[in-house]
Amino acid sequence: MAIDTKKCVGCSDCVVACQTENNVPIGYCRDWVVEVMDGTYPQLEIELRSERCNHCENSPCVRCCPTGASHYADGGIVLVTKNECIGCSACIASCPYDARYVHPDGYVDKCTFCLHRVKKGMQPACVAVCPTKCMYFGDLNDPRSDVSKILKKRKHKTLIPEAGTKPQLYFLI
Amino acid sequence: MREEIIVSGRNNPLIDPLLHVWHWEIPVYLFLGGLAAGLMFFAALYTIRNRENNYKVAVQIAPMFASIALILGLGALFLDLHHKLYFWRLYTTIRLASPMSWGAWILMIVTPISFIWSALHIKSIFPNWDWKFEVIEELLEFFTKYKKVLAWIMLISSAILGIYTGILLSAFNARPLWNTSIMGPLFLASGLSAGTAMVIWISKNHDERKRFAQLDLMIIGIELFLIIHMFMGFLASTQVQIDAANLFLGGEYTASFWIFVVILGMIVPAILEGLELKGYKIPIVIPAILVLFGSVMLRIIISYAGQASRWLY
Amino acid sequence: MKSRRQFIKISSLSAAGLIFGGGLLDSLASSILKENQSYFKGPFDFTRTPTYCEVCFWKCAGWVYKDENGRIKKIIGNDDDPNCNGRFCPRGTGGVGMHYDEDRLKTPLIRTEERGKQTFREASWDEALEYIASKMKEIKEEHGPECTALFSHGSGGKYFGKVIKGFGSRNIAAPSYAQCRGPREVAFIATYGSGVNSPENTDIRDTKCLVLIGAHIGENMHNGQVQEMSDAIDKGATIITVDPRFSTAASKSKFWLPIKPATDIALLLSWMHVIISEELYDKKYVEKYTYGFDQLKAHVKNFTPEWAYGITTIKPDQIRETARTMAHAAPAVLVHPGRHVTWYGDDTQRLRAVAILNALLGSWGRRGGFYNPDKASVPHYHLPPYPKPEKTWRDAMGGKYILADLALASGVCDASIPTPDLDCSIRGWIVNGTNLINTLPDQKKTIDAIQKLDLLAVVDTMPMEITGYADVVLPECVYLERYDSLRISQGREPSIALRMPAVDPLYNSKPAYWIARELAKKLDLLEYFPFETIEEELDWELKQVGSSLEEMQKIGVKRLEREVDDLYFADGEDIEFDTNTGKIELYSTVLEEEGFDPIPVYTPHPEPSEGFYRLIYGRAPMHTFSRTANNPNLTDLMSENSVWVNPKVAKEWDLKNDQYIYLENQDGVVSDFPIKVRVTERIRWDSVYMVHGFGHADKRLKRCFGKGVSDTQMITNVMIDPIMGGTGMRGNFVTFRFDNKKTEV
Ligand SMILES: Nc1nc2c(c(=O)[nH]1)N[C@H]1C(S)=C(S)[C@@H](COP(=O)(O)OP(=O)(O)OC[C@H]3O[C@@H](n4cnc5c(=O)[nH]c(N)nc54)[C@H](O)[C@@H]3O)O[C@H]1N2
Ligand SMILES: Nc1nc2c(c(=O)[nH]1)N[C@H]1C(S)=C(S)[C@@H](COP(=O)(O)OP(=O)(O)OC[C@H]3O[C@@H](n4cnc5c(=O)[nH]c(N)nc54)[C@H](O)[C@@H]3O)O[C@H]1N2
Ligand code: SF4
Ligand code: SF4
Ligand code: SF4
Ligand code: SF4
Ligand code: SF4
Ligand SMILES: [Mo]
Repeated sequence: MAIDTKKCVGCSDCVVACQTENNVPIGYCRDWVVEVMDGTYPQLEIELRSERCNHCENSPCVRCCPTGASHYADGGIVLVTKNECIGCSACIASCPYDARYVHPDGYVDKCTFCLHRVKKGMQPACVAVCPTKCMYFGDLNDPRSDVSKILKKRKHKTLIPEAGTKPQLYFLI
Repeated sequence: MREEIIVSGRNNPLIDPLLHVWHWEIPVYLFLGGLAAGLMFFAALYTIRNRENNYKVAVQIAPMFASIALILGLGALFLDLHHKLYFWRLYTTIRLASPMSWGAWILMIVTPISFIWSALHIKSIFPNWDWKFEVIEELLEFFTKYKKVLAWIMLISSAILGIYTGILLSAFNARPLWNTSIMGPLFLASGLSAGTAMVIWISKNHDERKRFAQLDLMIIGIELFLIIHMFMGFLASTQVQIDAANLFLGGEYTASFWIFVVILGMIVPAILEGLELKGYKIPIVIPAILVLFGSVMLRIIISYAGQASRWLY
Repeated sequence: MKSRRQFIKISSLSAAGLIFGGGLLDSLASSILKENQSYFKGPFDFTRTPTYCEVCFWKCAGWVYKDENGRIKKIIGNDDDPNCNGRFCPRGTGGVGMHYDEDRLKTPLIRTEERGKQTFREASWDEALEYIASKMKEIKEEHGPECTALFSHGSGGKYFGKVIKGFGSRNIAAPSYAQCRGPREVAFIATYGSGVNSPENTDIRDTKCLVLIGAHIGENMHNGQVQEMSDAIDKGATIITVDPRFSTAASKSKFWLPIKPATDIALLLSWMHVIISEELYDKKYVEKYTYGFDQLKAHVKNFTPEWAYGITTIKPDQIRETARTMAHAAPAVLVHPGRHVTWYGDDTQRLRAVAILNALLGSWGRRGGFYNPDKASVPHYHLPPYPKPEKTWRDAMGGKYILADLALASGVCDASIPTPDLDCSIRGWIVNGTNLINTLPDQKKTIDAIQKLDLLAVVDTMPMEITGYADVVLPECVYLERYDSLRISQGREPSIALRMPAVDPLYNSKPAYWIARELAKKLDLLEYFPFETIEEELDWELKQVGSSLEEMQKIGVKRLEREVDDLYFADGEDIEFDTNTGKIELYSTVLEEEGFDPIPVYTPHPEPSEGFYRLIYGRAPMHTFSRTANNPNLTDLMSENSVWVNPKVAKEWDLKNDQYIYLENQDGVVSDFPIKVRVTERIRWDSVYMVHGFGHADKRLKRCFGKGVSDTQMITNVMIDPIMGGTGMRGNFVTFRFDNKKTEV
């Protein structure tokens, strides 16, 4: 997934859309929006980022999960199998992005890249709703996908690459 | 000026605004695991070195406390789980990359051993104990025969358990404070120290106490060395690790760490034990309890502070 | 990818079933665990019903989806809808919260104590409507039917309008005029002979240069505008933002001009000066279509960027550079007229300046400027004529504001306060979907007017402040539970959209059509409601345009063909503008006739005194005014407002981030509630900023009661626009207080 920080307006639609699509209970969220302002008046700059699980290619959460509940699914998507999760929270402690939370029902929950939608050929709920169309979702291995194309064209970054998790969420800057 | 805010008001409980997924349960679990490891390690060690009769308490009685500690520790771990009904899932898979999995399996090995060990020595406390079943007697006879082998297994597995209690945390790259290779040895040392303290506390035998006080002094020395080393490592590292170290060097956890863990949990008992060794009359429970207390605090504080340390982005 | 999978296989030496029979225990555990029905079921493809959104007035059309238990699950934009293109804004997506809000009004209420004290008893619909009808008849007998008024913002207004018009009154006002876009409409009508309307005919999508003057698109979440601004960014458009605050839009802009508030007219005049003196204007366009260029040229001769610098604090070379940038992009340039424009009382003139600047650049009627909108015409069933009232609210205005093309909510409010020289004032209000207490500036006056009334009936969905003053409260069901009139909005191509109920109304709430018709029954006005149900009316109307209710239930939105292909002016086309001169009036003959400046003039406004800061306010993308303040989904995103303070000011006052403080305005009004401080470089040091719609004072709103400060409470100085009566609300100054004890005078 690639997110254009230059177009995002921080409206948080992606957050509500995820909440209603995925039955994320009120008071919890799988994605969130960060605003970073830098500079001194009147020379200011803002970066807006819609963040969620990075579906890291080298993900500590999968590594540290004692039961295998956290696992890589098709296309490298990181998922939690609800009925295998014991709620030990190790994965939460292991995620440098704080992308996971304990669902009130006890298991750990996080962004699924809306796999249920993607499987049907739809875009993830947050991507589909975004009024600025600033999110691109697709197969990074396919050079013809929207994501691959935009990443080729634009400067981008990932979050905390130093943590060595190989995040798969790219922010266009 | 730099301003960084979450505009959508992220508010996942236990995560925001501060990560707080682990409360007292995990540090207590780690402490009890470490304590059990310490107790079992020395029991095994002196069995192998044929000093069983010199250090009766350490070899025969203390491991019974290890069994209790392990059961309580597992209890604490269980309490920490949010999805308790799926607890058994821990034992349907072995995940080498997961310290939690390791821990679960190590406990699966260590706990029965500690039970067997306790069973072997139960008659030395309760001479009239009767197992009622032939089988058990026969089994115990079998183990008595191979006690040395058992001791070796116990030695190794308890060392792994001890190191594990530290590795559980140090495996978390996401928490800069935990993410240091010193965490393993430090927690092992702390566990061993707790083990010796326990022996000092319950032993009535002067020689045994003296031996363990010497051991403890040495271990505390190692611990202090490791702590200094840890901070030096942090300060020579990246900004996030410097920030993590600063939690203890002026930050929020400074007072509690230096007072409870280092001074009360290490230096004071070390001095008291030193004095005791020099022949001063010191009620021996005091340093023993202080060491145990310091050992718990070390884990609690490291656990909490670690959750407060994070990457910047 | 492959290497990773292999890694997984190696690392997870799966020992499933090694110790326990995995599957067995699994099913045991899940049967013990209380299974929450809706969690984690593949949430898609549920039955869907069409609606158009009522969370703001952009009226996006969408689909309401339900889960397998028939509960509303989500609302998704309709791909065919030109207003939203399949994408709702956060408020529309969070509209589900309107339905689930447990603080909703549940049953009709009749007041038992003094107005303003929320003491009510529950009543039946019949009793509540009977109460209203009898009061209305009393007013009619004693004072005449024109002494009633309807305030309405939202869909139900059409039906209550029929009741009030049939009853004999034309006092129908919405706060979306005199408190919102009124000055813009009047200014554009005076210039081009036609207003901008809603959704605005701004061609943002195709513009090369977008100029935003206090229009904070991106926070102002009017869907089409936000989407098109993003498209424009994609296409490399230059954005110029004029705002005392570094808005989200400013952060997307090439130029941010942090103007001193209340000085925009000076900047606009100076831009005109540069464009005219450097001969950058569209000469052919100006010559062919405009009237009064020479007067304008003479007028702006001295308004140099150096002159404007002293007033606006914007550097002269920045003024020149931005003016040239606009001219360079012309005619695909859009000096956006904004929407909420009632700021300083000279707003019609400021918007005239905007209109004139656009004319100089030749953007009206051009691609990338303003397109020519089209609107579907749907015939209405022929009704008997409404009685002609003898008087209206205008008679109370002493001949002022005749250029206002719609009723002034503030005017109707004023007309409700009896004065010696007025034989009749308005005695009864029906208020539908507008929270006047938090919407009209000068709360004290609003409450005074209310206390003079014989009847205040409020139709609302939530126990908002206004309901606390009502004699009768009628709970309307939310938009997800009802039919309403068709959405017929203007756009590049005409379209119609249907709203139908997705679920039955919760509690004892009813739709506006039903409420209005029942009231009409009691007032013997059924002739204005010939259809017993709204379905019949909608079906009749839809059949007139070749559709039907049944078809619309399946498609939700119907796009119609444009009758003529006149989206933009053709090259050299002759155009007759609907003004006195038939031209675009740079020099306004209408304003001249009415005794106002025919060309905008800059006049200075008062400035905050020592220790005070100008209070400016705006929108947060996740809320609509006060109507979403209690919405569970949206409060989850933002639960209170904060006051933005420049770091220099914060230092002076020793204010810290997240500290709670009270505000006091120039008239000594202290905020009821404390507000969080946000120290940020994003605001000038002479102003503070907050989001409108918070600081709710009605305890029945459990989620938002006491959260933040209401800007409305701080707005006691209202600067009335002499041309059309708009209520300028940004002439208020606040200072910080650390407690809210009332000062002894
Ligand atoms: N201080 C200040 N005042 C302002 C503004 C500002 O920025 N600051 N903005 C001005 C502008 S631009 C405008 S357009 C106006 C807007 O003014 P309003 O439209 O009055 O805005 P709200 O305060 O949201 O009030 C909406 C009311 O409608 C109710 N409601 C919501 N849905 C329904 C429904 O389906 N049926 C019925 N019957 N009621 C419903 C809500 O509960 C609420 O009481 O405010 C103006 N006033
Ligand atoms: N999310 C959301 N979106 C909305 C609404 C909502 O309630 N919520 N309401 C809708 C409605 S009805 C309307 S009318 C529109 C209103 O939206 P707009 O017309 O875009 O906005 P305003 O409220 O007029 O303007 C607010 C901006 O003006 C700036 N400002 C303040 N004083 C001055 C000044 O003196 N000069 C200049 N140049 N700028 C100044 C403020 O800093 C702020 O950024 O929004 C619509 N969109
Ligand atoms: S919906 Fe789009 S524009 Fe809005 S915050 Fe999310 S990513 Fe940004
Ligand atoms: S972002 Fe966190 S939860 Fe997601 S894959 Fe990476 S480590 Fe795991
Ligand atoms: S909480 Fe669940 S998913 Fe996370 S590590 Fe523990 S078992 Fe795995
Ligand atoms: S991809 Fe789906 S699950 Fe992930 S944040 Fe977006 S909407 Fe939520
Ligand atoms: S802009 Fe948002 S709130 Fe307004 S009608 Fe559209 S979806 Fe609803
Ligand atoms: Mo408005």
